[in-house]
Amino acid sequence: MRRSALAIAALLPALAVGACGGGGSGGNSSSKAPPKYDGKPVTITLWHGFTSREAGILNGVVKDFERTHPTIKVKTVGGVTDDKIVAALRGGNPPDVAQSFSTDNTGAFCGSGGWIDLKPYMDRDKVAVAQFPKAVQTYTTFDGKRCALPMMADVYGLYYNKDMFKKAGIASPPKTFSELTADAKKLTVKNGDGSIKVAGFDPTFGFYESVHAHYAPLFNAQWQDTSGKSTLATDPWMKLLRWQKDLVDWYGYGKLTKFNAGAGEEFSASNAFEKGKLAMNMDGEFRTAFIADEAPHLNYGVAPMPVDDSQPELYGGGYVTGNIIGIPKTAKNKAAAWELMKYLATDPHALATLTNGLKNVPTTATGLKSPEIKADGNFQPFLDIFENEHTQTNPPTAIGSANQELFQNFLAKWQAGKVPDSQLASGLKGVDQQIDAQIQNATAGQAP
Amino acid sequence: MTVSGVAGARPGALAVAPERRAAKRKAQWRRRRMVLLMMSPWIVGFTVFFGYPLIANAYLSFTHYDLLSSPRWIGTRNYDFMFSGDKQIWPAVKNTLWFIAIAVPLQVIFAFGVAQIVARARSGVGFFRTVFYLPTLAPPVAATLAFVFLFNPATGPVNTILSKIGIEGPLWFQSPSWSKPSLTLLALWGVGNAMIIFLAAILDVPKHLHESAELDGAGWFNRMRYVTLPSISPVILFSVVIGVIQGLQYFDQAYVASTVAAPGAAGNAADSSINLGYPEGSTLMYPVLLYQQGFRYFNMGYAAAMSIMLLLVSLVVTLLIVRNSNRWVHAAGGVK
Repeated sequence: MRRSALAIAALLPALAVGACGGGGSGGNSSSKAPPKYDGKPVTITLWHGFTSREAGILNGVVKDFERTHPTIKVKTVGGVTDDKIVAALRGGNPPDVAQSFSTDNTGAFCGSGGWIDLKPYMDRDKVAVAQFPKAVQTYTTFDGKRCALPMMADVYGLYYNKDMFKKAGIASPPKTFSELTADAKKLTVKNGDGSIKVAGFDPTFGFYESVHAHYAPLFNAQWQDTSGKSTLATDPWMKLLRWQKDLVDWYGYGKLTKFNAGAGEEFSASNAFEKGKLAMNMDGEFRTAFIADEAPHLNYGVAPMPVDDSQPELYGGGYVTGNIIGIPKTAKNKAAAWELMKYLATDPHALATLTNGLKNVPTTATGLKSPEIKADGNFQPFLDIFENEHTQTNPPTAIGSANQELFQNFLAKWQAGKVPDSQLASGLKGVDQQIDAQIQNATAGQAP
Repeated sequence: MTVSGVAGARPGALAVAPERRAAKRKAQWRRRRMVLLMMSPWIVGFTVFFGYPLIANAYLSFTHYDLLSSPRWIGTRNYDFMFSGDKQIWPAVKNTLWFIAIAVPLQVIFAFGVAQIVARARSGVGFFRTVFYLPTLAPPVAATLAFVFLFNPATGPVNTILSKIGIEGPLWFQSPSWSKPSLTLLALWGVGNAMIIFLAAILDVPKHLHESAELDGAGWFNRMRYVTLPSISPVILFSVVIGVIQGLQYFDQAYVASTVAAPGAAGNAADSSINLGYPEGSTLMYPVLLYQQGFRYFNMGYAAAMSIMLLLVSLVVTLLIVRNSNRWVHAAGGVK
């Protein structure tokens, strides 16, 4: 009995390690130049998250790649989420190139060594990091290691309904948050029972793209200090939260919640802005393609989001995030995979085709100036915001998106009026402490 | 003359006995081998899909494991964090306990009530039985989506009907006070399985017991109290135990409701995790938090610790219910 117990105890670690599939011991960054693609015919796999119309556009670009690289065939698999990428990494059967919509997991992919370090490849082929804007560089590296390249960016600006502006006598889009509040009140239309028929601007955190991270650059609110400590309990964040709460209270939280419930799904033809239920809305550049497809007659304009009244110099900037691509550690054809990655991330023609089709922003300096890009009056502002020096993103962390979600939990209570203003600072400090503890533990390989 | 048993044994008996024993042992071994052979699919399935994952999970609960790197032994730190550091876990435990304390008894009572009505129906029994059972055939995700749509405070038919009779409907899945009651309504709608079991048990109560009680002057209430309920008490116990275990593992509906009811989030699968527990953490059940930790935050070691705790709690709660059940459960032929 005792012997069998001992045997089981001895087996436990081995069993459990076996259960972890292809878990490795982290990525090894090597400065040695990796082998070049030898030109032998090969078929590689690209996993991406695009579906239907957007997947068709990406497949077209992949076909272009196959024409210029006739010995490399690419098998694409669309609709892939990060969960599936992680499962494939664990199972030891990942694609040769993986694309993710979420920059939140850069830390997990890089920190664990799940995606390989690209520096040796970039050094060998002289792919300059400087061609990517600073914010893009931020979300494609973690802890000094570059394991991802950007593949198109999402930039956020203010969409406004020109007909509603004209009717309300508003000449131009707001440039400060005070102006935004005043315009939102003017543009709001209520039903006979007091419920909201048209919202001037919906400030609810969590509504469509009205997410805390997207507002941060507009107040110059930072997620971390230079030592990596969470900095939510700081003036810029508190200013943002107080502005938001004032506007929520003006509408009434209950009324706004009811309005949100009936606002229609974000990525559908019933989107509230496309349906004329929202006069102004913060959204990404991709919305221009959706409007062209779903509400072609909507008379709208685009401008940078307004900024904090006391920091007018921030105007013109905004929030940026994007898609990332990487090569899994156990990919079978890394050399050919790198050729595809390089093409998707840096080739001006590929970027222009993706820009025109997806209506996403190209992520290189050359791509931005490409004469192939067809930027109309509503798309050009996003290219300008992308290049603006005040445009920011949120830094990847060792805990993925957990810091944002902990913050969102607090904000849900804040906007519902469950946190009095007097407890705002202490409440945010509590969130900071929780985030710091989780990052510290995750970095040290401890409990969360 | 005294003859010993051995000396008096038939000649050759001593030589035969070991042979018989050997043959018997051989036959026993053959039988065991056959039993093992017949059971082998189950043994393999149990070992691969239950035993091994359970042991691996127990091991992982003592590690830091981010799904991508190798697990790293950290002793009991995941458990320490669970009890002293995680600010989300107690709200999640409270939500789960609320569901078990409110929804599970209501489910049992509702299923019993419906079964009672169907059992007494004089005509259309088959029709009503089918109608009440049908909801259980709906996949939980589809049923939850339908409920969120029906109870949409702005556009849903429930509030539209309520407003026609002068009642301003609540925010249902969008309100932290109403989200769990809304999930309870969804749970009540799907009690078909329990209802069928109750119906079978009610129809199985011997008629002569009711007749005897009636002769003794027992009314409807007393017949229910002293005949029906004691007779079906094993089924009630079964429903309660299953209900509590399902309550502890309540995931699908809470996950879907929170991600779909959150404002404008339905189409944004990439960001759905940010809405888990919506509104205001009121639907963040223990298994939802476990999923969030394991698959969204990559804290699989901690998620493993949470699942071990869930297993232990399920075991203890089930044992407590079963142990206490001898006070009120009447086994067939029993006197209680």
